[in-house]
Parts: sequence; C-alpha cells; structure tokens
Amino acid sequence: MRRGFRQSMAWLHTWSGLVTGWVMFCVFVTGTATYYRTDISLWMRPELRAAAVAPGVAAERGAAYLKVHAPKAVSWFVSLPQEDRPLIGVYWLDSFEAPIRQASLDAETGQPTTARATQGGDFLYRFHYELQMMPMLGRWIVGASALVLLVALVSGIVTHRRIFADFFTFRRDRSAQRGWLDAHNVTGVLALPFHLMITYTGIVTLAFTLMPWGIASAYRGDEMRFYVEAGQTPAWRAAAGRPAEALPLAPLVDRARAEVSEPLEMVIVNNPGDAASTVVAVFEEPKGLAHRHPQVAFEAVSGEVVARLGTLKPAAHAFTSFLGLHEAHFAGPALRGLFFLCGLMGSATIATGLVLWSVARAPKPGLAPGFGLRLVRGLNLGTVLGLPIGIAAFFLANRLLPVALEARAAWEGGAFFAAWGLAALVGFARPHGRTWREMGTVAGLLFLSLPLVGALTTDRGLDFVWFDLAMVAIAAGLGSGAWTLSRYEDVRRTRVARTAQTLARA
Amino acid sequence: MPDEAALRNPGRGLGWRVRAAVAGRVVLATFGAYGVAALSTAFLSLVLPMVRSEAVATATLLSFAIMVGAVVWVFAARTLARAALGLAVPAALLAGGLWLALALVDTAPPA
Repeated sequence: MRRGFRQSMAWLHTWSGLVTGWVMFCVFVTGTATYYRTDISLWMRPELRAAAVAPGVAAERGAAYLKVHAPKAVSWFVSLPQEDRPLIGVYWLDSFEAPIRQASLDAETGQPTTARATQGGDFLYRFHYELQMMPMLGRWIVGASALVLLVALVSGIVTHRRIFADFFTFRRDRSAQRGWLDAHNVTGVLALPFHLMITYTGIVTLAFTLMPWGIASAYRGDEMRFYVEAGQTPAWRAAAGRPAEALPLAPLVDRARAEVSEPLEMVIVNNPGDAASTVVAVFEEPKGLAHRHPQVAFEAVSGEVVARLGTLKPAAHAFTSFLGLHEAHFAGPALRGLFFLCGLMGSATIATGLVLWSVARAPKPGLAPGFGLRLVRGLNLGTVLGLPIGIAAFFLANRLLPVALEARAAWEGGAFFAAWGLAALVGFARPHGRTWREMGTVAGLLFLSLPLVGALTTDRGLDFVWFDLAMVAIAAGLGSGAWTLSRYEDVRRTRVARTAQTLARA
Repeated sequence: MPDEAALRNPGRGLGWRVRAAVAGRVVLATFGAYGVAALSTAFLSLVLPMVRSEAVATATLLSFAIMVGAVVWVFAARTLARAALGLAVPAALLAGGLWLALALVDTAPPA
C-alpha cells in the first residue's frame, strides 16, 4: 500500500469493522446474555421448583421414558436435574444422520413436564452461534464474521499509537465525532484483552467447522477417531445385532460417582437394548479452565468398566482451555459478572464503531445522504436497537402467551423476530436522530415493563428479583444511550469538515 | 488503496482502477489467506513431532492466527501483485510439503 502500514491498517479496521459489525453486535449481545443462560431459563419456566432426586433414580426415569418413546435409537442421552435446571432432559438419535430429538421430563414423576413450553435461555444461546438458521449456515456466517472481527481487532490495535493514553481520553465536548471516537476507544481498549480472548476462543469453538483440514489430512476426515485419540470421548462400540438385557442404570451410575468427585451431569446409553450396549457417565468439569468432562464408560450388560477419561495431553488441554475460557463455566458470581460487563463493553465498542462510521460521513447541511449512508444508518438502528427490542418481546411473549398454546416455544421465537423486524423497518423508514430517541425509549419501556408483567402473571414473589433489577438496568442503559446518540447525530451536522479531518488522522 | 480524499468521500473520486484493486485485495484476503491457513493446518497436522491428535489440535489452534497474519499482509503490501506473490510462495511451499507428507506419513486407521 502506498501510504504506510498504519494508514492501511486504519482503512482495514474501518471497513472490516463495518462489514462484520452488525452480525458481531448480535453475537456479542446474545453471547453476553448467555453468561446467565440458566438464570434466564429458570425465569422463563416459573412453574419449576428445585427438585431433590438422586442422580441414579433420575437416570432410570429418563431411560424408562426413552425405552417407550425411542426404543430403536442408536444413542440415548439423559441430562440429570441440577439446581439451576430442575428437569430431566432426554435426547436421542434415531440414526447418526438424524437430527437430535428431545423432551423435558418432570424430575419427580419422569413424565413430560407441565411447565410452559419454551426454549428458555437456549434460544439466545443457539442464536449466539447459529443465528437460528440452518445450523451449518449459521455457524459459517458467525465463524466468518468472527474471523473478520479478529482482523478488525488486530488492525485496530495497530491503528492506535496512543493505546495507554486512550484509557483516560474522553473528549465529549470537543466534537460529536470526537466523542464517539473516544467512546469507541475507551470501551474497546479498556476490555481489549477480553475482546481478543473472546473472539479467538469463539473461533476455536467452531474450529473444526471452519478449519477441518487437520483432521482431513491426519485422520482422513474421521473426526470421531480424532476425539477418541485425543481422549475426549470413549471409543464407539459397534452394535452386536442381538438383543440383551442391560443391568439397571442406578447401580452403575453410583459406581461411577464413587470414582469421580464432580457432580454427575449426563448419562449416555449407546446402542440401547443391544448385547454390545455401553453406558457412559459424564461428569461436570473439575475446577480449572479446561472444558473437559471426566467420563466412565461401562459395558451395559456385564457392568465392566471399558474406559475412563480424565486428563488430557498438553495441546488437547490447551484446546479445551480455549473452549473453557469462552464459556466461563469456571467463573464464580463475581468473575461471571465481570465477564458480563466485558461482554457489554464489547457490544458497546461495536455499536459505537458502527455509529462512528455513519457520524463521520454525515452529509453537509442541505445535502441528502447517499444510498450507502442511508443503508448503514438503517442497519445500525435496526441492529443496535432492533435486537434489544426483539429480546424484550421474546421475554414478554414468555409471560403473556397462554401456557397451553400449541407450538408455544415457536411463538416465542416468532415474537422475537416479528418485533425485531418491525423495529428494523421503522429504522429504515426514518433513519434519523429522532428515531434513535423514540426507538430507544420504546426499547427501554419494554424492558421496564418486564418486572411488572412478571409480577402480574406469576406467583413467585421475590424469587426473580435479580432478573428484574437487571431488566431495569438494561432499560435505563438503552434509554439514556439512545437519547445521547440522537443528540449527537443532530449536533453533528455543522461540523463536517473538521471531523472528516480527524477521522483521516485517527 | 484509496487516498485520504476518497476515504472522506466514499463513492466519489474512486476510479475503477482503485475499486478493482480493493476488490482484488478483498478476494485475495478471503480465499488466499484461508488457503494458506488451510494448507498450513493440513501440513502441520502431519509433520509436527507429537502424537497425531496433539498435532491436529496445535495446528488447528495456530491456523486462525496464521490466517489473520495473512490478511494483514494482503492489505499492508504495497501492490496487489506483491500481496499475491507473498501468499503464493508460502502456499506453493506448503502444498509441496503436504504432498510429500501425505505420501510419507502413515494415516491409515489401525487395523
């Protein structure tokens, strides 16, 4: 490039940040919410109370349901009730190609739960990495956008000559654009280690989708064999093809629990009913960064232990630590709160960056904005405020839709996309400063209404007080943010020439 | 790459030459950088001196840093031709190495 390294990186930062900004804003917001996925799920199923059922008993209840409803499956998965998820989750695969199927059972009775049908926090979690699209398409879009974001982060760091001074620089009054640039820098630089970590580790969670070529060359594409050799899953035993009576699950589960100190998370039955069936007890991750689950595998018929998985080799340990860092399962309440705040700062960095692009290119007074600018303004409004409006509508639908409604979980998702789509249309119709103010107010009011609607439609008293407080805080943040933004977008009009120069220099 | 005037007024003052050069770099950064990263992953997975599963994990973890480095190179190089050459040489070396490694390293599943 003709103009030196830093300028070319500034150009790269501006444009890579713009094209990836909208998708990545959605990924950051829903990912940040996912730090509290179990809390969201509990709030969305207000009928559920904590249940105290022994793990072995719960495993047998799940297996009993599967024996009736999925006798021909190749694998059963029974996730055991935990304090933050008081349900038995049963999942099964009818074949390796078939999509996974699932049901939620009452922990006490083993019958399908009577709690309202909802995806709970899993809806936002799945959106975070699949955008609620066809899984592979969604993962590729998210993965490719994350790679572009990594490029934007690296080029953004190069662009800054004064990275330390930017900690303390916030020239709100100098000019509208300076203010936005400083807000972008403060939120970006302050949590920079988090942004780099979360982006790289996020890419690693999709590593074998995005970069399957190591397994392709060294394993001839046999991904299962890789996981077996890496010590992350027990070897698959082919079915014998003749039926045999398996031992009861509870004693096997109890034997596994005597070996491992972590709580039991899931019981897997491979080839159920077959003479070569195996039972795998999967435990929660031990303390530490790595995302690895200790496992004990039994022969289902004889009860003999066939595999024990625990420690990993260095590279596999590093790899799973990347996943662990991303998911932050190791984090206690304080660290989780910090991760949440960092996630909010990441979302704010992206949002301010997107707005900065449009503020820096506002037309001179009296000139109409061009097509590109109108498009970016509309997408900014539709994303930065449209997504929160969608999430608020999703939560409201959870409280307001009749509990017995057919396909209820799908209606909740429908409310999310309908509200978001409507907000985006409004954003495109009138992409002005005033629309930021109005839509921000609407978004704030929607979140503010949640504690009230929750109190009127459920009888849980103060059980969800933290959730309610979070909703009020989000409402306040959205409202004040949108008002500030609308002021700047208006003020800005008179200062085109100077701000364009500052951008070129920045 | 666009000069500062073009940066201030996107869509104005950009000749087709500049546009084509930018488009060329974007295409090169997308497919060229991914290609180099993919070749390095496949190659390193076979030749790194460690157990096969460890080599795959190491090579895959590295691949995304390699890709970002390649993208930065594509946009930092003085001309599009230099950028392309800077990717083509390592890609050719890696492809050659991969071809040799595939011939020499035993990847058959154990009997």
